[in-house]
Amino acid sequence: MRLTFDVNGVGQQADDVWPGESLLYVLRERMGLPGTKNACEQGECGSCSVYLDGTLVCACLVAAPQAQGRAVRTVEGLATDSAGGLDHIQQAFVETGAVQCGFCTPGLIMATDDLLANTPTPSDAEIREALAGNLCRCTGYEKILDAVRLAASRRTEVTP
Amino acid sequence: MTATTAIGAGLNRIEAAAKVTGAARYAGEIPLDGHAYGSVVQSTIARGQVTMIDADAVLARPGVLAVLTHDNAPRLHRADDTDAELLVLQDDRVRYRGQAVALVIAETLEQARAGAELLDVTYQPEDHDVVFAADHPRLYAPEHVNPNYPTDTSVGDVDAALASAAIVVDATYSTPAEHNNPMEPHAAIAQWDGDRLTVYDSNQGATSVRQALTTLFGLADGAVRVLSEHVGGGFGAKGSTRPHAVLAAMGARFTERPIRVTLTRQQMFAMVGYRTPTIQHMRLGADADATLVALEHTAYSQTSQVLEFAEQTALISRLMYAAPNLRTRHRVVALDVPTPRWMRAPGEAPGSFALESAMDELATACGVDPIELRVRNEPSVEPDSGLPFSSRNLIACLHEGAERFGWASRDPRPGVRRDGRWLIGTGVASSTYPARSAPSTAAATALADGSFVVEITASDIGTGARTALTQIAADELRAPTERVEVRIGDSDFGQAMIAGGSMGTASWSWAIAKACRELLHTLHEIGTVPPEGVTAHADTAEDIKAQAQLSRHAFGAQFAEVRVDVDTGEVRVPRLCGVFAAGRIINAKTGRSQLIGGMTMGIGMALLEEGVMDPQFGDYVNHDLASYHVPVNGDVHDIDVSWIDEHDDRLNPVGVKGIGEIGIVGTAAALANAVWHATGHRHRHLPIRPDRVLTSLA
Ligand code: FES
Ligand code: FES
Repeated sequence: MRLTFDVNGVGQQADDVWPGESLLYVLRERMGLPGTKNACEQGECGSCSVYLDGTLVCACLVAAPQAQGRAVRTVEGLATDSAGGLDHIQQAFVETGAVQCGFCTPGLIMATDDLLANTPTPSDAEIREALAGNLCRCTGYEKILDAVRLAASRRTEVTP
Repeated sequence: MTATTAIGAGLNRIEAAAKVTGAARYAGEIPLDGHAYGSVVQSTIARGQVTMIDADAVLARPGVLAVLTHDNAPRLHRADDTDAELLVLQDDRVRYRGQAVALVIAETLEQARAGAELLDVTYQPEDHDVVFAADHPRLYAPEHVNPNYPTDTSVGDVDAALASAAIVVDATYSTPAEHNNPMEPHAAIAQWDGDRLTVYDSNQGATSVRQALTTLFGLADGAVRVLSEHVGGGFGAKGSTRPHAVLAAMGARFTERPIRVTLTRQQMFAMVGYRTPTIQHMRLGADADATLVALEHTAYSQTSQVLEFAEQTALISRLMYAAPNLRTRHRVVALDVPTPRWMRAPGEAPGSFALESAMDELATACGVDPIELRVRNEPSVEPDSGLPFSSRNLIACLHEGAERFGWASRDPRPGVRRDGRWLIGTGVASSTYPARSAPSTAAATALADGSFVVEITASDIGTGARTALTQIAADELRAPTERVEVRIGDSDFGQAMIAGGSMGTASWSWAIAKACRELLHTLHEIGTVPPEGVTAHADTAEDIKAQAQLSRHAFGAQFAEVRVDVDTGEVRVPRLCGVFAAGRIINAKTGRSQLIGGMTMGIGMALLEEGVMDPQFGDYVNHDLASYHVPVNGDVHDIDVSWIDEHDDRLNPVGVKGIGEIGIVGTAAALANAVWHATGHRHRHLPIRPDRVLTSLA
């Protein structure tokens, strides 16, 4: 099938898509966007988190045809408004030391973006719940939670 | 020692921006023109023979380019030290379930996978033996244990001392198979240009992979280049070449195209190594004032039919406590199972669970505080070898940790603190890990614009090595970090130690310091930097050979608080505290993360992680992240990590001990000891699952 959809604000088309392909596969192997990671491919780790029409999904669990005519946003599309710089969430992950090997990081950034868009001043319990589906084998999560707290505090500074 | 400006500061990770934007490229993400994909077919029996592979139907499928099997795969060369796991597709023997028996190559990954799933492989199965036991009839004493330690050691007369000891602890502990599970699955893309091979690979050391591939493909020195700029974790699972890289190179040679092979999460459980299960028999004897008179540690572990991997489980007992009569032994059995390999603190992680649990049992039996027991049995030299320690600050860590954790007010009685349905307890354990260095080479270049470039085949698997090495080079060159670029992950930079054994930073910093000092010396002589720049090279092989014989180890103390749910048997960990004496900490931010990460993996080891072997099918049945549980954020709460200021100038020029592994050593024992303190029940078998807790409470 032919898949037509929007990725990070740009119209895209993929031909000869087998209906069994995942959105993750299309992004990584067809669109050349490997920022979205594949660490389990069965919905267990959150590394593949992207927005599908504004809803956070595991791209590995979305069949490619489900993206037909819809808009996908990946980690590569987050910071575009600030001229290639980092957005405040990405900046917070860098500063707090929340990134080690970085393989879980894109998924966590997406999950944090989604959390703070809906809950600008999350409690610790809300942060933990929002990131419950994201596995990280390196950091022990502590610095990731710090990063979310820092990003939330900065966000409320700029948009009270 | 280096004058410090950058060292010790919490410099942000240099490649962090590339990682948070998704720009960082890992091995399986490198696009090479015209590349195709290989998908691994794994054996579905544990022992036997491949009698037929019917590839025709798969070859007829759209996009399929080739099916590599033992019949048509390129022949590999072997040297004496060749890792037999890498001799993939060379014969028809099946030595464990999950072994690679074919590689299906196709234009797209989906086509390759579909072909791999459909490939018809016929076997002649044989009876397999996959069940590990301490009374297995084929247990034997290996010639040495990893990497090259004596299998057995004995000082004094343990049996006589135990017979006359006032107090004896005699207990058996076990730890299950554990799987490293770095978040990045192993991947490689290989490309041939005549007899030159380039491989982008996820590994912990590009020169070791280069060496292996050079031998396997019978190539000239310098014909292979291995690159690994970003690596998504390893924890030992990427410590040496793994079969995926060989398969990618074979596929590329066969098809004359670049071939990418990425393992799936499920495939990793059999193909990249795991921590062996262990059974450990401890016998401790003390006199009435809690002075150890005897310590015996006998460790059993498994290996595969492919190669001998002998975990150094009892090593820790050779150096921790001053027992005048001290015996350690290792026994191994070769089963029809995937080959166990290194996993974060191999030896020390499982060994510390047994030793530090047994010490806790001894403290109770003697009626002394567990910290006091360790103080009373602190050795002045390494008990087994008699070697002096280059530095040993275990007691300082225990005292500092006791202070931070609030140990002094602890009521030693078990099972008496209750908050609703929760029983509460605290525990302590010691940590240690060897502080070694290995030969490495490095080059430092001064450029005419006043900046510097340092090249070393280091690997940053998430440790922060790139950043720490930049700080070290900057201080050596007396330049700000922004003017120093450290390039890593390219075997063309020359031989260097892998990121393993907590030896990476110690080894690489030595070579970098030497190259930088040499460069400054040259610059001093020539005055100005010529337009083409000037480079100094260093090799530390001779320096390391000339090192004095000493016992070099990092030490630490870990404290744990647990809450045990009496209705569900669940164990929660509200807080952990770790204090470490690990030489100089180069980067406070990345260093703390390393230690927290290690302790978190220790929570997994204590409470969650367990590879379950199915005796009937010879398979680790829970081979995915849904059924093999690693800690999630809800499992981890307050982890307080600190270190004491330790200067040890008998390690290496920068004074580094290495911190990648010590964080996991002792965590499981501290937690098990806390569960005992909470419930009054001793858990000697990991993980401390809810069903085990409930059974003990019933
Ligand atoms: S790759 Fe999608 S959840 Fe793990
Ligand atoms: S940083 Fe490595 S998995 Fe999270």
